[in-house]
Amino acid sequence: MSTAIALPTFEDVIARFDPVMGMEVHVELGTVTKMFCGCSTAFGAEPNTQVCPTCLGFPGSLPVVNQMAVESAIRIGLALNCTIAEHCRFARKNYFYPDMPKNYQISQYDEPIAFDGWTEVTVDTADGAQVFRIGIERAHMEEDTGKSLHVGGATGRIHGASHSLLDYNRAGIPLIEIVTKPIEVDPALAPAVARAYVTELRELIRALGVSEARMELGQMRCDANVSLKPRGATVLGTRTETKNVNSLRSVERAVTYEIRRQATVLDAGEKIVQETRHWHEDTGETTPGRVKEEAEDYRYFPEPDLVPVAPSRDWVERLRGTLPEPPAARRARLQSEWGFTDLEMRDVVNAGALGLVAETIAAGADAAGAKKWWLGEIARTANERGVGVEESGITPAQVARVEELINDGALNDKLARQVVEGVLAGEGSPDEVVAARGLAVVSDESALASAVDDAIAAMPDVAEKIRGGNMGAVGALIGSVMKATRGQADAKRVRELIVQRLTA
Amino acid sequence: MTDQGLVRRSAEELAASIASGEVSAVEVTQAHLERIAAVDAEPGVHAFLHVDQDGALSAAAAVDAKRAAGEPLGPLAGVPLALKDVITTADMPTTAGSRILEGWQPPYDATVTAKLRDAGIVILGKTNLDEFAMGSSTENSAFGPTRNPWDLNRIPGGSGGGSAASLAAFEAPLAIGTDTGGSIRQPAAVTGTVGVKPTYGGVSRYGLIACASSLDQAGPCARTVMDAALLHSVIAGHDPLDSTSIDEAVPDVVAAARQGAHGDLAGLRVGVVKELGGDGYQAGVEARFAEAVELLGKLGAEVVEVSCPNFTYALPAYYLIMPSEVSSNLARFDAMRFGLRVGDDGSRGAEEVMNITRGVGFGAEAKRRIILGTYALSSGYYDAYYGQAQKVRTLVSRDFEAAFAKVDVLVSPTTPTTAFPIGEKVDDPLAMYTNDLCTIPSNLAGNASASFPCGLADEDGLPVGLHVMAPVLGDHRLYRVGAALEQALVSEWGGYLLNKAPELEERR
Repeated sequence: MSTAIALPTFEDVIARFDPVMGMEVHVELGTVTKMFCGCSTAFGAEPNTQVCPTCLGFPGSLPVVNQMAVESAIRIGLALNCTIAEHCRFARKNYFYPDMPKNYQISQYDEPIAFDGWTEVTVDTADGAQVFRIGIERAHMEEDTGKSLHVGGATGRIHGASHSLLDYNRAGIPLIEIVTKPIEVDPALAPAVARAYVTELRELIRALGVSEARMELGQMRCDANVSLKPRGATVLGTRTETKNVNSLRSVERAVTYEIRRQATVLDAGEKIVQETRHWHEDTGETTPGRVKEEAEDYRYFPEPDLVPVAPSRDWVERLRGTLPEPPAARRARLQSEWGFTDLEMRDVVNAGALGLVAETIAAGADAAGAKKWWLGEIARTANERGVGVEESGITPAQVARVEELINDGALNDKLARQVVEGVLAGEGSPDEVVAARGLAVVSDESALASAVDDAIAAMPDVAEKIRGGNMGAVGALIGSVMKATRGQADAKRVRELIVQRLTA
Repeated sequence: MTDQGLVRRSAEELAASIASGEVSAVEVTQAHLERIAAVDAEPGVHAFLHVDQDGALSAAAAVDAKRAAGEPLGPLAGVPLALKDVITTADMPTTAGSRILEGWQPPYDATVTAKLRDAGIVILGKTNLDEFAMGSSTENSAFGPTRNPWDLNRIPGGSGGGSAASLAAFEAPLAIGTDTGGSIRQPAAVTGTVGVKPTYGGVSRYGLIACASSLDQAGPCARTVMDAALLHSVIAGHDPLDSTSIDEAVPDVVAAARQGAHGDLAGLRVGVVKELGGDGYQAGVEARFAEAVELLGKLGAEVVEVSCPNFTYALPAYYLIMPSEVSSNLARFDAMRFGLRVGDDGSRGAEEVMNITRGVGFGAEAKRRIILGTYALSSGYYDAYYGQAQKVRTLVSRDFEAAFAKVDVLVSPTTPTTAFPIGEKVDDPLAMYTNDLCTIPSNLAGNASASFPCGLADEDGLPVGLHVMAPVLGDHRLYRVGAALEQALVSEWGGYLLNKAPELEERR
């Protein structure tokens, strides 16, 4: 799939147009049970094993609201500085689709549980970090649909498929949809701000503990609305909605692409079609989906099967008391505690390793060591396997143990890397890997001393240079000792022994 | 020949006989199954869509075993019951009177079903109804109409015509109905039986296949007021599976029925609703109604006239709200997960199969209401139709509130006419809809109301019902009034009204 027309450069477009964005993010809540029934929400079960009459929409079944989901929604609303409705109703959004059991979705329409809030995001610019306030229009509760699997076609889409399979395990999983107000920022920074907002939201959701918000698992899904208006214009342009932009990097890319594509259309004197668009991760392009004019009329009306949700003010205030430190404040505090530069901190955040690094430090490791492991060896392995760092197979406590072994002199850097590699390969805890692979540093002083003596004897010319005060030559002797001990010697001690013998 | 001695007894009497050991629950069930076999088959009453002979007999045997073991029995243990086929049963098909659910066996029991079973009540089978409980004559059933035991050429009311007819035909002493706009009360009126629509939320809707969720309410149907009260007590109560069910104590309806049976209504204020009468009301209906009101006065009640001006708009508002909810509730019947599937020959997509199945599976009235409701909810029309109707609903509720500030209960005829001939109104939906003129306001406001037999119309000799309306959670007042009226009329007539019904021909 490739575009026939060459797109103007991003720089060219933003010199002439102002983009306006609106982000709609769906978050699957990590509740134990579904939104309106007692079925499990566990991921990855056999299709259609986590279903009941209610989430299958069987005749006569009724929904009952999951109180935990309401609590999570309120906490998200509070964390986004929203007003929490004193009284709000669910509504039915009516449309036919086979993976939607009742052919209506229970959602919220004109009475969201949380509305009118804001959050702040930070973007690095040439002039340093810049803070943007993003307005939050609303956050509302709804239920997820099932999943359709279209079989037999080339693309996995319904077009060309021979048949479709339906899995209703996901049907009824609680979702919170968070919608921003229109975002209008320095045009050059628009894609970065969009990405920073989604990143910030993900951190916030995780800090609240209401969802793991793993985009690769669909636990957090982003739709990006983009429109362009000529520089200086006040009337908003026609917008498109790019659906399912499901990684942080894609958010930035999709917004950039859509800005450039819309400029191409406008430059040609044509009109932007109000439509949903599909995002293609592989090509970095969007293609047309459903045209909005043809979109169905959802015939919303208040859900008569559910009583209104009326959270008491006491409850809301109690929940406010459970809010974690806001992510930005937490980051600032941790950065200063750890002594990281802005760049170092950003790397940690972008790697999705903030919590892991914090836990590692809490388990006793020093900041530099914790960062080194999570952004180095572990990130590399996770990347190779295509999983998140949190899924790499090593825990913060284990990383802290490796650091402890280094500080005790039981491991050197090279051995420690082998230990981490063993843990990541599933060989057990750091201590188990050390034992199984026989990776202890040689600390037998006499064995080490004789290895040093052997090295000095084998390289008399090098020894002579050192005696003459050329300390740069020590490295060669250390290397020889390390080789002889198969890397298991403590290099620092080897140096001490060599210097002792040749300069005393 | 059926043992008329058993099938003509009240539920209360049957329960006492079973408890004392005079007769076994199996014998009682057997007698009713025989009566069903004798009178129900076409061209008979056709009250039942499904009779569960084996299930009923084994449920009865379980009650007998419990009694033999000396275990305590509930007040209706061993008494047979007819269940409207819009309430799910895990061991019987549930069709809602629709082709689209023909043969569907639900995987679960409704809360009402579970409560009946727990009480040792024997479910004989499932009764006929207008498709998805939409109609006033049972003629909208996909499986053919039910006939009125008073005159087999006439309708038994609807949508719960099967439940009411099963009582009037002595096929069952108890039945469960559901009432969205009058579907318990109007059939009760035209068959000379008792039907109570409890306060909305008084009986769980879990497992009741929805017609219009904000209006639907299941309730007891019986031949006597006390039987209805006993059944009401069994099925009522809060259910965590229905978030609209009321989490409060159930009004003591049995005590109220006992109190009423003493025949003293002193201190009770009765309001006659001015707007429910006059033009369009059959003379014989108005005459019996007026006598019943006079009788309430003689029993000590203070009778006044009350105006509820917004009741005039209740019918049109109802016919916007109800179809709107119907259009959404019936969307799930899409051939994907249960029920009928037509046209899935491998060449068609899901949407096409859905369309074909819905076209074949739904009857004309269901389609009419889906179309009406879809229109009323459409963007651009919502405010003018659904929105306005909700305002009327609020005004109707206010009329009730104002009236109940002055009186304890309101009364009206249950229906403007007696049972009409089968086929008379099938082509005139508007004429059909006016059957529910008096009953609809209580569905809109969610308050309790009931129909009690109050005599036969002079012109056709067919039953007339007195409609009694009580405030939300005032269900007990209905039973006090109903029981007082019943004892007075029974002594006047020398027996129950149903004793005047013609004998049905037993054909087996």
